[in-house]
This record gives sequence, structure tokens and C-alpha cells, in this order.
Amino acid sequence: MTGYRLSHGGGRIDRGQSIDFSFNGKRYAGLAGDTLASALLANGVQLVGRSFKLHRPRGIVGAGCEETNALVQLEHGISSIPNVQATMIALEEGLVARSINAWPSLTWDIAGVNDRLRGLFSAGFYYKTFMWPDWHWFEWLIRRAAGLGKVPVVPDPQRYEARHVECDLLVIGGGRRGLAAAAQAARDGKSVLLVDLDQGLPSLEGVRTFEKTAALGIWDHGFVLAASEGRVIHRIRAEQIILATGKQERGIAFANNDLPGIMLAGAIGRYVADYAVAPGRSGIFFVNNDLGWRSAIEAAQCGVGVRAIVDARPQVLPELAHRARAHGIDLFFSSLVRSAHGRGRVTGVTIEKPDGLSRLACDFVGVSGGWNPASQLWTMAGGQTKFNERSQSFQPDGLVANVEWAGPEPIEAEPIWTVHGGDEKTMFVDFQTDVTVADIKLAARENYRSVEHLKRYTVLGMGVDQGKLSSVPGAMILAETIGAEPGTLSASKVRPPFVPTAFGLIGADLRGERFRPRRYLPAHEWHVREGAVFEDFGWERPAAYPVGGEDIQAAAEREAAAVRSGVGLFDGSPLGKILVAGPEAAAFLDRVYVGTPSTLKPGRIRYGLVLNENGTILDDGVYARLQDGSFLLSPSSAFADRMVRLLEDLLQCEWPMDVVVQDVTEQYAVWTVAGPNARNVLEALQPSFVLSSERFPHLSVREGQLDGSEVRIQRVSFSGELSYEIQVPAGQAVQMGDALMAAGKPYGLVPYGIEALEILRIEKGYIHVGTDTDSETQPGDIGFGGAIAKKQSDFLGRRALTRRSSLSPNRKQLVGLTSLCGGILPVGGHVRAPSGQSGGFVTSSQFSPVLGRGVALGLVEQGQRRLGEIVEIVSLGKRWQARISETVAYDREGGRLDT
Amino acid sequence: MSRYSAFALLRNWLGGNTDWDPVWRSPEPASSYDVIIIGAGGHGLATAYHLAKHYRPGRIAVIDKGWLGGGNTGRNTTIVRSDYFYKESADFYDHSLRLYASLSQELNFNIMYSARGILNLAHSRHEVDFQRRIVNAMQLNGIDAELLGREEVLKFCPVLNGDPNARFPIYGAMRQKRGGTVRHDAVAWGYARAADALGVDILQNTEVTGFRRDISGGVQGVETSKGFIGATKVGIATAGHSSVVAQMAGFRLPVASYGLQAFVSEPVKPVLHTVIGSAVIGSYCSQSDKGGIVCGGGIDPYPSFAQRGSAATMEKVLAGIVQLVPTFSSLRLLRQWAGIVDYTADSSPIIDRSPVPGIYLNVGWGGGGFKAIPAGGEAFAHLIAKDEPHPLTTAFGLQRFRDGALIDEAAAAGIEH
Repeated sequence: MTGYRLSHGGGRIDRGQSIDFSFNGKRYAGLAGDTLASALLANGVQLVGRSFKLHRPRGIVGAGCEETNALVQLEHGISSIPNVQATMIALEEGLVARSINAWPSLTWDIAGVNDRLRGLFSAGFYYKTFMWPDWHWFEWLIRRAAGLGKVPVVPDPQRYEARHVECDLLVIGGGRRGLAAAAQAARDGKSVLLVDLDQGLPSLEGVRTFEKTAALGIWDHGFVLAASEGRVIHRIRAEQIILATGKQERGIAFANNDLPGIMLAGAIGRYVADYAVAPGRSGIFFVNNDLGWRSAIEAAQCGVGVRAIVDARPQVLPELAHRARAHGIDLFFSSLVRSAHGRGRVTGVTIEKPDGLSRLACDFVGVSGGWNPASQLWTMAGGQTKFNERSQSFQPDGLVANVEWAGPEPIEAEPIWTVHGGDEKTMFVDFQTDVTVADIKLAARENYRSVEHLKRYTVLGMGVDQGKLSSVPGAMILAETIGAEPGTLSASKVRPPFVPTAFGLIGADLRGERFRPRRYLPAHEWHVREGAVFEDFGWERPAAYPVGGEDIQAAAEREAAAVRSGVGLFDGSPLGKILVAGPEAAAFLDRVYVGTPSTLKPGRIRYGLVLNENGTILDDGVYARLQDGSFLLSPSSAFADRMVRLLEDLLQCEWPMDVVVQDVTEQYAVWTVAGPNARNVLEALQPSFVLSSERFPHLSVREGQLDGSEVRIQRVSFSGELSYEIQVPAGQAVQMGDALMAAGKPYGLVPYGIEALEILRIEKGYIHVGTDTDSETQPGDIGFGGAIAKKQSDFLGRRALTRRSSLSPNRKQLVGLTSLCGGILPVGGHVRAPSGQSGGFVTSSQFSPVLGRGVALGLVEQGQRRLGEIVEIVSLGKRWQARISETVAYDREGGRLDT
Repeated sequence: MSRYSAFALLRNWLGGNTDWDPVWRSPEPASSYDVIIIGAGGHGLATAYHLAKHYRPGRIAVIDKGWLGGGNTGRNTTIVRSDYFYKESADFYDHSLRLYASLSQELNFNIMYSARGILNLAHSRHEVDFQRRIVNAMQLNGIDAELLGREEVLKFCPVLNGDPNARFPIYGAMRQKRGGTVRHDAVAWGYARAADALGVDILQNTEVTGFRRDISGGVQGVETSKGFIGATKVGIATAGHSSVVAQMAGFRLPVASYGLQAFVSEPVKPVLHTVIGSAVIGSYCSQSDKGGIVCGGGIDPYPSFAQRGSAATMEKVLAGIVQLVPTFSSLRLLRQWAGIVDYTADSSPIIDRSPVPGIYLNVGWGGGGFKAIPAGGEAFAHLIAKDEPHPLTTAFGLQRFRDGALIDEAAAAGIEH
């Protein structure tokens, strides 16, 4: 119990407002304005955590995002957040925090024994052992020992939010330079946004300010992500960015420099000035630069007992020395702190003076080993750095598009990274991950001499603070060890995010259903009313409309049978609808489709395939010629979006032709009326055109009125029955559905879903691209070789069809497969070739109610030449006998299309 | 090379850890070598190791413009698996997985092969059908694969989102039990140490700037930032920069390079004991032995040589992780990074002679090169030593892009691992 609250001062706290909180189950009181860290220090809590590997007792080191020791599990009821830096937590009434990685308690941590074995647990020890008999014998133990906090067991209760912001100038950092730059730009009429990690910034005329906001990284073209209070993520697009991110203090490695009570000098300065918290009653400052002196003197001015300043340099500005002496501080020049003493907390230090060693008692130590520019965002943006001898730091250098560095002047510092003479195994460089000078020297001895090797081998800088304290000292100590010129080894690469950020916050805009919004049919409510069971087929679509306790399979069989015997109604709205128009529309489509759209007469429809450059079938579907220069393409539902992109890509990047492409897929609903009675149903709705096969033959399109609505009707069929696809504006989908149901009632019209459609199409051997074809399937494999032979002109994928593998006789070809026992073959079952290997597979399979047996399609090696052959099909250890058959199992002549 | 063992650790503990040898030397380049491998990543180093161990073609050097293992070998999400669809891939990748299983002993370096299993989730009945096709193919190819039902999946991995009304509810999953993770740096370091011990010169920070060819067109050596180094056999194993190196040698490759990002959370106590992923959601993750949740997803949508990646992809991948495991929402991202991956038209590699006599190719791994390192090194060594393809890689030649005999694993791979 050494820290305490000073009786006056503290710019951020409100002494009138006490706040209760709990740490490790014990209740404490802090003040409004405190961070958890300042409140713990004020309550004399010095031991706050245990280190990752050695479980050494640790205290608070810093005052901001550089904190490496004080990580806590922040609990909210049954939910909690692991590994939060106590320095970044604003104290709230009732806050509950626990230390992590200690068992059974922070004070009595069994794994503390690791510290005794620290020579054994040297850097990378696990690469050298645990190989016999096998890593799996040891891994579970290592895993249990590793990790810090715990993942909560309940869903994250936080409500994250994403916002978009644009500005002419983004200033990151609200210090003196940042404020000045922001104010100036605002006066120049620019829209300015200022973000800062801290709060309490002065408000500037014409400057938007986000406080408690961390810029996480800078991406191309001035794109910045910034997180506010861990709850809002800002997507900032800035014309120009000014980095006024200031500087960060670093430590010095001496023996036992990780004892609780040893802190950064600047952090002590902040606790004293901002929170009126003294870390102890008798302190020693170990510094190599003037700012360290200022921290010590300011602390003393506020009434904190500062016993001595130990400076590695031979002298200091007379003014500083004078002020220090005025506070009764002993001064030691050309001196070093060689080691710290104490069990569980610092109680004294050994000082190495020009005239020898001496020991001083103390209860806290402030260390200032110099200052680094906070250049993390600069390097993330692609900026370079250059070693600055005077300050022993890597300063931003060169230029980065749209980004300006406005950091502070380098602070002059003596090059002192380690104090020799102590036990190097207790000279910590990265506190959290327990990387010591001994580890760095071991890495150097073993020739892990790139800073990236050093980082990976020793885990230097891989903690939650991402090396804010340790990266530069680590690189400098490595350079010293291997005799490299100082500054030739820079710190390891910095990556986003600047501070740890919740997954949920980064993906705030894509949370839950918004991850990929469901697509609903225009007549969704209609289907709900009809009792549909929905499934996600890219759109929420009716799988079937079960009645009277039917399951989906039973419903699908009933629906399919009804279509064959009477008439059915299907919602085909997701079917692609792409208008392609212009003087060169026909010529353009000739290059896209395997067929020849230019020979199609207006009013007619044709089935076509689209290939990629490898000749693989991308999609099949019909296209209608509406007028001479305009076509309506109907790619399959799953391919509609990609088809639009493909056409635009071809027009914009390959063939600049006089063609426009417009996707109207979602503008129209499509009702398909299919079955022998389909025409009767339509007749009942007073069509403005004649429906007879002579006047409106199969594969033709008409525009007119039906039931008083403007419609476009395509006579096409994916069921093998007489079938009309009625396109109406999406807003009229329900009305048309109702009209068709009413008109169909005398004919027993039933709605049918995707599963019934599957039965119908498989009976007819109609393929579903992507299911019945794969990444190898070419037109010839599904019986379309003839169409290509006839076509004169070139088209997408044509060249590939003449390559050797396209002409191979061993290709997999689409065939029908019929189970010898009449059952249903397993989709995904493979045809076993004589070699025992796969000779193809079942792609689609269903029970056909009209045939009273299973029907299936498959891709089988040389299938089209093996009709009638009996093959063995295997799936998940079971076997079936099946006959290779024609793809069309029902109405091979196609007479039903024209009832 | 001093041998690693628990005993050696104990001995060094007592001796103050002063007795460890350098893992590799830092030699100056010789004026010429018999074989030069460009790219000191996993494939380059494994190739040098196999060459030196089995073929002894003379002096061997591995050259890298940076630090060894600093490319995709040290940037991937450490996943190894052999759940491939086509026989050619299955044979090759399964050989690789089997080599991984004994690699720690082979190299005397703990590479931490952890066969914790890989789950690929299915989110609809039709996806289950598709997975059945893949699982059956794998079983026929002699690879362990199972199709799990929804309940089995949730029992095996309870942290997964079991809500039946989730945006992407779980219908089942495909599992390969022998799939898992390997400590990526250890693979590079283990091979480097073993190759160095066999006399291979690993020349770090030596950038290849050009090729020298003789009158007949054959390769004579490489120009580097440290001067010319002669060699009549040169292997290219430079992953995302393979097209750049090929261009220096005067030929083009049918590859395109993209950024592929990876992510790691802060370390937490063990909560995820297997590798989980979903092609539909587009994300996957596993928990490292250190405790971080290591995440990946699809490539960035545009070609690039910048090892950083776009913020939009990061948002998508991490939002996808939250879809997979909702409690990971409050986990915090510690670090994001990217590697450059070279994709071919069929997402399968090229291990073949190049159009230039004496130059050999081990490229085009896309996002899947790490799992292939042991077999890739073995096959590439065979190719370089004998000037003919290894029996396991005859299908992975350049000629297949002319013949159209592609081995399109894009569908089977789903997303890059």
C-alpha cells in the first residue's frame, strides 16, 4: 500500500463525486474523472497483474495506450471484456474488474513457479523440445498455460455503430500542434475533423472534434478507421491527414525493472497532475533526458516525495538542477540504476555512480529512457523513418501522399538501453510477454538477427500494446548486441489497429442480418399466406407449401404431381431480367452466348449458354428478342448479379460496343403458370393477345394486358409442361398472384415451391448450372456440341473448346442415372470407376411421383457413350446399383410443352 | 548443428544458455553455385533441404531480398489440410500433410503440427449435398473426411453459432480430422537450419535484379544487389512476386497477384479447439497455442503487390467471424497484416520447367502454399535435380494452361486457407 491521493490538485478529477468500484472482489472508492488505473494507484493497489509467461507480479507502468501490465477482465454482469488496459478505462459507478492470468489468485499464483524456471523458459524454448513422442502430448498443457483473459460466454451486449465522415482535413492528435493545425485549416475554410484518444479538448471554431477516439490505421486514398469509446467506428475519408500524434516514452532495461512500483516517469507526471495521485512516498527517477527531470520536479512540486534523480548524463541544464535541489532532491550524474530490489514491489535500488555502487531505499521508481515519436500511423500509411542520433529515435522521414507528419521536435537523450551488471534474465524489455535482455542476446547468438526474426522468436512486441514500449528498445539492444551501427536496425513493422479494437466494432455495419441482407420476393406476404416454408436460396424462397402436416418432401411430390396433371403456380421472380439494347446489341450478344442471338426474330426466345474463357459453362438461360435492337436476358437467379457484372466488364474492358445494359431483375415479379391447364387459367383473365400455339408458340414473348394489368409473358418451360412466365411490375405481384389463384381454382391450381420444381426439372433432364455442372463442364458435356459446330463467329470461351482436354474422350458428361431398385440415389454419391477411384458423381436426385421411382442426373466419365451400363454408386460407406440413362426421364418427345 | 532436446534445454539452463549454436550461418555469396533457389520462404528452403539431402547436386544457395521466412510463409494463418477434390491435388497435398506429421523429428525442430481438425460448415440442405460430393471424393481418394450433422457439429465445437434462426444457420459440416495447424515460422526456421547444416548458403538481404543468359538462351546466373552470382540451374519460389521475377528472366506467367489478409486477436484462454470456416460466410479462424484467435478470409478484390490489404475486406472477414462465433464480438483485434498471393486460373500451383532452359518454377500457390511446403520442396528438388517432374506433380505443369487440363480446386477450396 504505497500509492495515495494527494490532498489537492488533479485537473481531471472531481473530488465531490466518489465512485465505488471493485477490483478482484474487493471494493474501493475512486473519484469522478479517474481511470481505473489512477483509482487503483490512489487506493494503494500496486499489484495489478501477472505476466504472460513467467507470471511475475506486475504493477501499472504507463498512463495511456502504452500500458503493458495492467490488463483486466472488465465485467458487465455475466458478460465481460478480456484484456482491457486499466489506463484506458474511465471509472464508472459499480465497475467490476478482475486481474487475469493468475490462479488461484493474483497474490498466490501457482504458475509463479515459472519465474524460478526462467532460464529453462528462455526465448523460443518450445521450438527445441516437446517433439518426442509427439507435440500433441504437450500442446494441451501449453494451451492451458497460455492466453490472458477469457472470452465471455454470452453474446456481446454492446450496441456498435458505424458512421461515415468526410472532411478536407483530418487532424489526428489534439495536442498543441494538432489544435493549431486544425484551427488554421478551419480559418482557411476547410472542413476539419480532429480526433484524439483523450477528452477535455478545447472546442475550436469550425472544427468537429471526436474525443476518446482512436485512429486505428490509415489506408489508401486517405481512408481512416477511428473508434470512439469502443462503441462507434468512424469511416473517415479525408483529403488530407495531419498526424500530430506526439511522442511516447520508453524504459531502460535494468535488473528487476519490472517490479511493481517502477513506472514511466511521464506516467507518474500524468497521475500526479491529472489525478492527484502519488505512486508512493519516496521515489527515485532514473532518466537520460530533460523531460524525465521535468516529470520528477513536477511530482515534487505537487507534494510527492522524490528522493533522487539518477541521470545517465554527466550534466543537465542548471535551471533543472537548481529546481530539483530546491525540492530537496538528491542528484546523481553519470549514474545508472543497476537493479531494483523488493519482493512483489520495489523497495530500493542499487545505483551505479562514477565512484561505485550504493543502495537507496524507495517505494517507487520513475524511468525515462527517452522518447519515440508516436509514428505508428505514419508507418501504417507507408511512411519511412530515419534514425535520429540526438534523440536515439526513429523519426518520420520522406513523403506520404495526403499525409503530413506534425510531430514534436525530437527530445535529446543519452543512448542508454540496458544497464549492465545485473541479471539479464530479469532485465525486461517487453514486460507483458516477458522478453528480457537475455532473450534478445540468445536470439542474436542463434542468429535470429533480423528484427522480424527477433520479434517472432522472442515474441517481443507481440503483446496487447503491440510493442509501443518495447519495439524500439528491443531493436536497439539487438543492434548493440550484434555490433551493428545504431539505427541500422529499425523497429519491426507496425500494423493496424493502433489500439486493440473489438471484432464487433470493426464489423459494426455488417452485424447480424446486415451481414448479408436477406432478399425477399415482392410477393413474400402472399407466400406466407399460402403457408410456404422458406429457405435461403440467395433469396428467401418457398421450398414448398405443406398442407395437413406434410413434410417438405411430401409437399413437393404432391405439388409436382399437380403440375403434371393439372396446373401449378410458381414464383420465379428472382430469375434474372437484363435488358440489353443498342445498335450493336445483337452483335454483342453473339460474342457472349454460345448460340447466335442475332438470328433470332423479334418476339422469339432461345435457350443459350454463357461460358468463361476456359470454356466452362457459367450459366444457362433464355434470351428474348423484344425488338430489333433490344433483348431481354433471363440468366438463372443465382447468376443474375454476376451476369450484369460480366456484361459490363466485357463492354467496359474488352469490347467498347454501342450497347447499354440494364438490370431490371428486381423491377418485375414473375409468376409461372405451368401444367396442362395453364392456358385455361390465363384465358380466364382476359389476355389482350391470343394464347393459341399458332399465334403464341413455345419460345416466344408477348406484351399486353392480363387481368387489366400490363404484363410481359414468355412462353418457356423449366418443368416440361405448357408454361407461361408472366412478368408484372413488382408492386403488382400480390394482386396478380391472387388473380391467378382465383382463375386457377376451377382447375385445381396449386402453388409449388423450389423442391417441386427440382423434381420437375430433374424428370426432364433440365440442368441447374453449378449443381449439374462443375468447373470443368463444357457445352459438349451436356449435349451442346452441335450448337457450337454450327456457329460461325467467335464467342467467349470458344478458343478453349478446341484445346486438347476439351477434345478428350474421357470427359465427364451429363447423363441420367436410374437406381436399379427404384430408390433415390444420394446426391453427391460417386460412381466408382473400376480403378476404385471416382468416375463421376450424382448431381441431382429426387423421387418422381409421376414415374413412381427415383430420378437422377449425374456427371459421369464418358457417360454419353455408356448409356445402359450399370454402375456402382458409393456414398458415405453405402452402395447403390444404377443404370446410366438418357437425361430425360419423362416425356422424351416433349409433346407436353404443346398440349 | 547442436541437437535440440529436453536434455539440451536442461543443460543450457544450467549453463546460462550460452551453448546454443547459430540456427544458420550468414555467409557471403560465393561467385557461383550449382543451384540457386530464389525465395527463402518455406518452399525455397524445403527445396534446398531436399536437394542437399537427397540429390547432392553440388553447391546450393537460397537467395532472398529480405529475411528468410518473411513472405507468405510467415504471414499465413498456419492451416494445413488435404481436403481436396481432385485426385491429383489430393495425392499431392495429402503427401504434404503426412510429411508435416513427422517434420518435427525430420528437422529436429518443433514445428508444432496440431491435428485439431478442420470444420467447413454447411448452411443449407443444398450445401450439405455439395459437401457430400466432396467428402465422397476425398474418401475415394483415400483421405479422411466426414460429414457431420448439425448436432455433431455443435457438440464438437460448442462456441459456434447454434441459433437455428441465425443469418446462416448450421446444417452440418465437413471435417478432416488430420487437418489442423502448424507453427509457420518454425517451418521456415526448421528447414533453414537443416539446410544450412547440410551446407546450403542462405543469402538473406540479397535481392535478385536480373538474369544472365548464354547465347543459346540458357541461364548462367543471377544479378543481385550483391553482384552477379553464377548458376546453371535456378529455381523460382517467390510466391506473390513470381510474375515479377519471371519478367526479369524474360517470360510471362499465367498468374495474377492479390493481397490476402490475416488477423489475430489478443490472447485469451483456450475456447476454440478446432479450425472452423464457412465458404458462404467467407471467414475462418482457429486459436493459436498462444491464445490469439487467428482469422482469415477471401483475397482482396483487386490485384496488388502491396502487403497491407483493404479495410473493407477486414470488416467483412471479422464480421464473418462474429457470424461464426457470436461471443467473439467482444474479442479485440490486435493486428492485421497481408501477404501477396499469386493465383493461377485454376487455383492450383505450377511446378515445372520454365520456358528458359535451366530456370524452374515453383509458383502459383495462391492462398494455399503453406500446407504444401514439405511436398512442394520435395517435388521441386526432384524437378531441379532430374529435370523432370516429380510423379506427384506431373499434373501441375505449365502446359495445362494450353491444353485446358485445369485442376480447378476453387470450388473445393471454397476460401483461401
